[in-house]
Amino acid sequence: MSHDMSEENLPESHGSAGEVADHGNPFADPGLPAHEPRRTDIDERAAKRAERQVSLMFVVSMLATIGFIASYVAIDPDKIVYVFPLGHISALNFALGLTLGVALFMIGAGAVHWARTLMSDVELPAERHPIEADDEVRADVIEQFKTGAAESGFGRRKMIRNTLIGSMALVPLSGVVLLRDLGPLPEKKLKETGWKEATEAQPLQLINMNTMQPMKPEDIIVGSLTFAMPEGLTTHSEDFQQRIAKDALMLVRIAPEDIKDEKSKEKGFEGILAYSKICTHVGCPISLYEQQTHHALCPCHQSTFDLADGARVIFGPAGHPLPQLKITTDEKGNLVATGDFDEPVGPSFWERAR
Amino acid sequence: MSSASSTTTGAAKPSSTRANPANKWEAAADWTDGRVGIYSLAKANLRKIFPDHWSFMLGEICLYTFIIIILTGVYLTLFFKPSMAEVVYNGSYVPLKGIGMSEAYASTVDISFEIRGGLLIRQIHHWAALVFVAAMLVHMMRVFFTGAFRKPREINWVFGFLLLVLGMFDGFFGYSLPDDLLSGTGIRFMEGAILAVPLIGTYVQMFLFGGEFPGHDIVPRFFTIHVLLIPGIMLGLLVAHLILVFYHKHTQWAGPGKTEKNVVGMPLMPVYMAKAGGFFFLVFGLIAAVSAIATINPIWAYGPYRPDQVSTDAQPDWYMGFSEGLIRVMPGWEISLWGHTLNLGVFVPLMIFPLVLVAIAVYPFIEGWITGDKREHHILDRPRNAPVRTGLGAAWISLYLVLLIGGGNDLFATHLHLSINSITYFVRVGFFVVPVVVFFITKRWCLGLQRRDKEKVLHGRETGVIKRLPHGEFVEVHAQLPQQDLYKLTAHEQNQPIELPAQTDENGVARKSGALARTRARLSRGFYGEGNQIPKPTAEEHNEITSGHDHH
Repeated sequence: MSHDMSEENLPESHGSAGEVADHGNPFADPGLPAHEPRRTDIDERAAKRAERQVSLMFVVSMLATIGFIASYVAIDPDKIVYVFPLGHISALNFALGLTLGVALFMIGAGAVHWARTLMSDVELPAERHPIEADDEVRADVIEQFKTGAAESGFGRRKMIRNTLIGSMALVPLSGVVLLRDLGPLPEKKLKETGWKEATEAQPLQLINMNTMQPMKPEDIIVGSLTFAMPEGLTTHSEDFQQRIAKDALMLVRIAPEDIKDEKSKEKGFEGILAYSKICTHVGCPISLYEQQTHHALCPCHQSTFDLADGARVIFGPAGHPLPQLKITTDEKGNLVATGDFDEPVGPSFWERAR
Repeated sequence: MSSASSTTTGAAKPSSTRANPANKWEAAADWTDGRVGIYSLAKANLRKIFPDHWSFMLGEICLYTFIIIILTGVYLTLFFKPSMAEVVYNGSYVPLKGIGMSEAYASTVDISFEIRGGLLIRQIHHWAALVFVAAMLVHMMRVFFTGAFRKPREINWVFGFLLLVLGMFDGFFGYSLPDDLLSGTGIRFMEGAILAVPLIGTYVQMFLFGGEFPGHDIVPRFFTIHVLLIPGIMLGLLVAHLILVFYHKHTQWAGPGKTEKNVVGMPLMPVYMAKAGGFFFLVFGLIAAVSAIATINPIWAYGPYRPDQVSTDAQPDWYMGFSEGLIRVMPGWEISLWGHTLNLGVFVPLMIFPLVLVAIAVYPFIEGWITGDKREHHILDRPRNAPVRTGLGAAWISLYLVLLIGGGNDLFATHLHLSINSITYFVRVGFFVVPVVVFFITKRWCLGLQRRDKEKVLHGRETGVIKRLPHGEFVEVHAQLPQQDLYKLTAHEQNQPIELPAQTDENGVARKSGALARTRARLSRGFYGEGNQIPKPTAEEHNEITSGHDHH
């Protein structure tokens, strides 16, 4: 057998090379190959079997739909089951999804199996026609267009043309004007925060966001990160979301000798520094704090600020330091602010002056 | 004709030349044809031929997931309340009881826990959206690497590209709607990006949000954009895309009997109705099953959005990952002058994002200009036979992947125990270097494959049969390929580089080509010049070698 094979494949006895050479072009298109029948084309028993397989898939689909309805009716929406390896999951979601999945998949599998085994698989050629019209049609259309254009007088009657263009150009303006009331103008909105209500005479207390109580300096210990908001603001305030997006503070305490930035130290109180919690990159709230290095990290885009050095950016895409709020204590010894930030908080914008 | 006969015969019934219908189905078809002309439409299309190849199914996945998204999306609108009004949750999910949240969030939690099957539909909607965008990208790559975008299909390429971009944005708007902690963070990021636009940024922000962030308008406005505006445009583009696919007829791979003037395959009815129709159910069934076993976007675990709270590992859906990468790795450059701030750290990524997309969108027009080829192309290129195009496509994908790594730098850092700083620095360098390296590797790879094809055509395939020659040398016997394989491997055309006209005319007067023409000639050499493609074997070469065998 192997001997025959090797003989057959010897270059000397290779017949087809000679034949192709006779044709001249060995790379010529031999044309569509002849159709090779499938088992189901010639064996009626195989075809019958395929028919039963397809029908079985459709029957399974029907059963799955019935299972879907039964699950919907029978399973309590709150029921949690353990399914290996998924863990504890909603029984209803699991049952509905699987039955629906099987019901749909089996219709598809049946249809595809039907097409592959029982429908004709003879490949047929269809002609393509060039998309471009021939020159005659082209000339005819251009002629028609010219006739239409000439009859309209669009090119000749310049006054009509120009006024039409003018009116068409103006009319969309109404639509643009109508968009004006989508929102207010920016004015000073981005440049001030809720802390602007605080003055020397009437300072605003810093409210701890966990306890919702005012804070004394001794409540802030070295190494802790405390979040605060201005007094008067509560989570039930009408504009709470809007206010907290700018007013949120984070308080840290750093040993005064470790604070590298003098101005920053002055704005703080006994080493307690109050920085805006809103990242200057695109406005995520900064919430990761590394006690040892005094670095604060924004979890969204990893901008890293050195809180001991005026919140200077030491890594990441933020463009400028976090604004710092000047704090002190009132007569009761509570931490208070006596004014607004001296620069806008949050991401920078065109009108922002440094 | 019928009117003429009715006037002459008076009271007699107006006659029709049409044969009597054989049954009520034919009668119904006749009725419809008399009103909308279905027979003429069906004549051209009922037995329309579609070629068969697995890669032609990728576009079908896009179509089917789009339909799944529409079906499940309509269901979700029946229960979702696109409102940012504050409510206190009092449903069955205990951890959220008593917490203030927007109606949008509360209704999404209700869809997940109170509406039976609501969670399943929500998850099918979200999974289908992920698959939709992925399928569009892969489908686009299929079209790109096989050169299916060439004339006459450039416009359809643009339609498809617009569908991809709109799909990405509609996905973003969609996952922003539940107003959970993760999606709210995404909107916050978008707000920051808008603010970085010079001159008009703050105005656009105020108008979009109806005031300061977050305001009360953004969810209802995104809802309208998500369910009406963008899907409406997409539906129009989709119909146009499919009409053009029908009109152009599908492309096909080179093979025996397949030419630029025909399309070989099986008819729409019955084979493709069954296969394509069945495939819809396969896709739908698989996505339903995935939604049964794999949780996606568990908003109840994230909690309602608060601008002062965030979770770590915050990630957008995958298709927004590369824009996330751009924004994360860009250095924080900011220019402050004359009381204004130009936030390059955000604005530059915001501009590169569309440029990366547009680069691939305009490619067909650039290649068409370089080749100057005005003919229609219906036979697909094998990627290896267009090494520069394939290299550019691979470079584009590598850029996309590098940025995806940048977008997930925190996850890569925590899961692979790497320094987040090193990953960021790697991406900064990789943004420029990796695509160039990938381009050259891919191009050389393609050239190697071309050489292999040439070798196979000229010397046949290895049979694994070792022969001992009379003088003791061992050789492996090569077998000639059958003619259909020879044809398949040599059917592609090879473009020749454009030659500039002589720089001096016959009188020796300088006749300089313009800069544009010179650029084009240079690019053309880069695409098709020596060393950038392997010349196809010719019939003479083949005959010489095969006849040489006879003399052996």
